[in-house]
Amino acid sequence: MAKIQLNMITQRSIEEGAAMEKGKTNPDYFTACSICEMNPEDMKKAGVWKNTNVRVTSECGSVIVKAIVPTQFVPPGLAHIRQGVWANQVVPPRTQSTGTPQYSGFLVTIEPAVEERIKTALELVQGSVGLWKKE
Amino acid sequence: MPKLITQVGCPYCGSSCDDLEVLVSDDNKTVLEVRNACIIGNNIFLHANDPTRPKLPRMRQPDGSMKEISYKEAIDWTAKTLIAAKKPLIYGFGSTNCEGMSAVGRVAEKAGAVLDNCASICHGPSFLAIFDNGYPSCTLGEAKNRADCVVFWGCNPMHAHPRHTSRYSLFPRGFFTQKGQMQRKVICVDPRETDTAKLADVHFMLDQGHDYDLFDAFRTVLRGHDIPDIVAGIKREKIVEAIEIMKKSRFVMIFFGMGCTHTDGRNHNVDIAISLTRDLNTHTKASIMAMRGHYNIAGPGQVWSWQFGFPYCIDLSKGTHAHMNPGETSSIDLAMRDEIDCFVNVGTDAGAHFPIEAVKHLKKHPFITIDPNFCMASEISDLHIPVRIAGVDEPGVVYRMDNVPIQFKAVIDGLPGVPSDEELFDMVYERMCELTQTEPVWLAAKAHRKYPSSAVN
Repeated sequence: MAKIQLNMITQRSIEEGAAMEKGKTNPDYFTACSICEMNPEDMKKAGVWKNTNVRVTSECGSVIVKAIVPTQFVPPGLAHIRQGVWANQVVPPRTQSTGTPQYSGFLVTIEPAVEERIKTALELVQGSVGLWKKE
Repeated sequence: MPKLITQVGCPYCGSSCDDLEVLVSDDNKTVLEVRNACIIGNNIFLHANDPTRPKLPRMRQPDGSMKEISYKEAIDWTAKTLIAAKKPLIYGFGSTNCEGMSAVGRVAEKAGAVLDNCASICHGPSFLAIFDNGYPSCTLGEAKNRADCVVFWGCNPMHAHPRHTSRYSLFPRGFFTQKGQMQRKVICVDPRETDTAKLADVHFMLDQGHDYDLFDAFRTVLRGHDIPDIVAGIKREKIVEAIEIMKKSRFVMIFFGMGCTHTDGRNHNVDIAISLTRDLNTHTKASIMAMRGHYNIAGPGQVWSWQFGFPYCIDLSKGTHAHMNPGETSSIDLAMRDEIDCFVNVGTDAGAHFPIEAVKHLKKHPFITIDPNFCMASEISDLHIPVRIAGVDEPGVVYRMDNVPIQFKAVIDGLPGVPSDEELFDMVYERMCELTQTEPVWLAAKAHRKYPSSAVN
């Protein structure tokens, strides 16, 4: 199956900020943050249809998010997940001895995962520490 | 009659807008309307009305569920856990007032804890650069009144600081900038064409992670030397053109953000940005400012520098002196090396905003969250203690991104029985003193304090 290697950055967006202040279990937060913005050219190369789910894998984890056409232009080779729970599933904790993790500029592999489900914020965070219980 | 409260401060981003108007119900319990705020500030005030806001601490039970307990029990558990821990980490403070930050200093010292704030994962590298190279900065008022060339480097205020451009940096008419935006040249450096880049006269869409190269090219041109045809994906002519714009300006203002500190180079990117500012000052006037994220994230830098001599990553576990060494005493590194045995998350959400690997390490030990609302950290905590929301139902001093202190108001009454951060930390400190049979050391201003506080029964 096709896949593509891209340089990932994770930064703020106003949609994320507005949704976060309503609460991180609010559906708006899910909509705002569980997405990966990538250039349509890269989508083609990876065999990804816009608005379908993809698996993003970095050196330290992977996450399912929805691939969308960028809301703010992203050049080919770059991908962007908005800061938040989904982004932090793949952010490497290495800090170059400064205390600040590599939130921007790390390699990821993106591949189609049309059948996979996007997990909720709570499921991801509680799941990672063994507290998630299916309702 | 609903009351209109004016000159209210907004507890969201580093712009710390203090011109909000909030309409509250006549019983002082509900926010009805928020004026002048951006959508995010609006949501913060209205979220305070949420009837599901926690009113009591919640303790995790052996079956994984959360059970409500009294504040007394929660304070006792926190005090005992902090005393039992060899090296607890107290982290957060992005969204609380300076009074709370000051109060936690006593708790941290008593516990022999590491005290860290959100700058650790945000503008921490900027601090390192500022230590090395100085900080030729100014206030946002000066930027508004003087700057006729504004550079946004690795920051996106249209999204992260929604009113920054309209209040300070781009659109307002100032004393020497009476034509407002017409008079300002805007340069944006960002690997994406962000909404801020769309406002710019010149947008440098550089190769991601090559900020240092581009800064270096700027400095080289400014000093009259030649540069290669393409640097960091940007053509030489464009760099020369930007330098000409800067040199011809009367006042250049450089704002930098996470694009510099989150990527390769970290503090070196900021270091060279400061050097560029210095170089620019041989031709014109120039100043630089970090786009701090939260409304009071400059606060812990101020308060703790005054208390302990360091702004963040303060290791108090030695018991005799404070020690700071980011990379060693920074939250993420401590977590990844499993060096801490208790985590207290205050007024931030480490569960959502730390890399998940670090969260997994932190969760191996007691995990306490002090936050007014449910968040990811509270939902994985062993103990969640709700407090009042600074800037909404708790007043206090905050430091804006340019380190200007502003007194924030409370617009509504706090939930009955819920303490502020300051009250909570004072009570934890007092309980720790009781347990260790030591005398609490209070500042003169707090010598009259009666315990337990009337805020909590």
